[in-house]
Amino acid sequence: MPEPHYDPDAAISAAGAGGATDLAMDEGETLEKGPGGGPPGPDPAGRPRSLWSDAWRDLRRNPVFVVSGLVIVFLVVISLWPSLIASGNPLHCDLGRAQEGSRPGHPFGFDGQGCDVYTRTVYGARTSVTVGVCSTLGVALLGSVLGGLAGFFGGSWDALLSRITDVFFGIPVVLGGLVFLSVITSTTVWPVIGFIVLLGWPQIARIARGSVITAKQNDYVQAARALGASNARMLLRHVAPNAVAPVIVVATIALGTYISLEATLSFLGVGLRPPAVSWGIDISAASSYVRNAPHMLLWPAGALAVTVLAFIMLGDAVRDALDPKLR
Amino acid sequence: MGRYVIRRLLQMIPVFFGTTLLIFLMVNVMGDPVAGLCGDRQCDPATAARLRAEFGLDKPVWQQYATYMGNVFTGDFGTAFNGQKVTELMGTAFPVTVRLTVVAVVFEIVIGISLGVLTGLRRGRPADTGVLLVTLVVISVPTFVTGLLLQLLLGVKWGVVRPAVSSAATVDELLVPGLVLASVSLAYVTRLTRTSVAENARADYVRTAVAKGLPRRRVVSRHLLRNSLIPVVTFIGTDVGALMGGAIVTERIFNIHGVGFQLYQGIVRQSSQTVVGFVTVLVLVFLLANLIVDLLYAVLDPRIRYA
Repeated sequence: MPEPHYDPDAAISAAGAGGATDLAMDEGETLEKGPGGGPPGPDPAGRPRSLWSDAWRDLRRNPVFVVSGLVIVFLVVISLWPSLIASGNPLHCDLGRAQEGSRPGHPFGFDGQGCDVYTRTVYGARTSVTVGVCSTLGVALLGSVLGGLAGFFGGSWDALLSRITDVFFGIPVVLGGLVFLSVITSTTVWPVIGFIVLLGWPQIARIARGSVITAKQNDYVQAARALGASNARMLLRHVAPNAVAPVIVVATIALGTYISLEATLSFLGVGLRPPAVSWGIDISAASSYVRNAPHMLLWPAGALAVTVLAFIMLGDAVRDALDPKLR
Repeated sequence: MGRYVIRRLLQMIPVFFGTTLLIFLMVNVMGDPVAGLCGDRQCDPATAARLRAEFGLDKPVWQQYATYMGNVFTGDFGTAFNGQKVTELMGTAFPVTVRLTVVAVVFEIVIGISLGVLTGLRRGRPADTGVLLVTLVVISVPTFVTGLLLQLLLGVKWGVVRPAVSSAATVDELLVPGLVLASVSLAYVTRLTRTSVAENARADYVRTAVAKGLPRRRVVSRHLLRNSLIPVVTFIGTDVGALMGGAIVTERIFNIHGVGFQLYQGIVRQSSQTVVGFVTVLVLVFLLANLIVDLLYAVLDPRIRYA
């Protein structure tokens, strides 16, 4: 995705190294570690540690990961069951209380239509989390399949894919969103998710392609080929597990940017449309009352910022854990 | 080098046509190009059919695209919904957005690179950690939130600047919008410079320069920076195109009548000529910026040789 402000360079080049680490333990083979490259010792099960268990051990000790993980768990819980902490109805508004400040029972005050800002902020999490998770799953699946196949088989499909990704990179993303979504007047999240997947997959495809190309040159892939493994087996058993780390890293960071993109599009009036509840819509509505009732702007904006921050920091922590070279 | 330039130019051609075709399809197939021509009312079927025939919209899409591109290459971008030539709109809009972009890029260079060098040389110290944390927050807060908050604080609460930009859009009015537009890229430039400086500070040539007794200032400015800034220059170069396309949000918040404003109007008024025309020019800018960056790369880093 030509997301203007996301610089994947650092993430990709950094994550690229993670993909080459051996992961063949699941085949029950003992693997010789290079000098200095081996982990301090086998874990209790007696098997050498894999990249993943190593990464998990690092992550559990990383305060950034723990904090952002807790925030994300909280967000997921309230987006599944918003009534746990908000008893009201986000669409129940009382014009007589428009723009009122904080009251007992209504800690965040009321917005320009007299809706409870607290309830709307809580229910807005569902939109953001749904858009973020679904778009990331879609982008990651489509991108890694198309990019991975291109990297593995090369040839004309690879050349074609590179040109297609070039085309998609040439479209500024907010602009594309305005053009694409302005004609759709659905109030659900699906057109937005569809648009993000449509413009987002080339980014993941490029990364998947690069890391598959790196992984397929490894000796164990050549060995598998020499032993007569089929393409499918080589790809699924040997290449994919070793190429997936950079994709996971970039996808986690991208999740945060997709949430921010949904809010931006809703702010511009083309993402979600009322009566859908979204932080972007609320911020857009609040921006005309900023002089009198800044609380209407600050709560949804703060919630949005914390959410995006949590996902980006999680991605950062995952990258550090999967790429020991950076330290 | 000459052959490389030619190859790159040839590669740009399919990308240019692919991107413009995609936008053309989005606008003309998904939207109704004549819907905006009858004001807020629906066109009656007879008028709509006449307009369609007049604009050649009854022809197949690929033929429309070919005609449009033919016109574009003779400098005719068509007319907007109110009868104004799209090229006239561009003439008023692009200077404003270019000014805004230049302000943003200057911020990126001045603040981003100096913060990056400072933190890169003090890796692991409190100042470094603090700046890193701030950049992370800046990256996470969406641009429109940063913009609204700055507008609220500087423009409304403290009255330091005017909250909206006048139609003249002079450079001093564009300082705050430029900072908002640059904010996220600024954070990336800082992080990129920091990583690059920290990496190069351990390089042999820096140790040699220190060992032969050069003052620290000279080591940093002559030896370290020259090599560390190569990836930063490429990032800023590619960012120019992205900033111009991304200015739509900033221009909306601060009411700047630039490219983003015209595009937004074009979309709201369903004026497909305006939208496709502006996007075509933006795509061209984006592709050219990328080309220049690639060529600059070879100049900056003599180790890279193009066949």
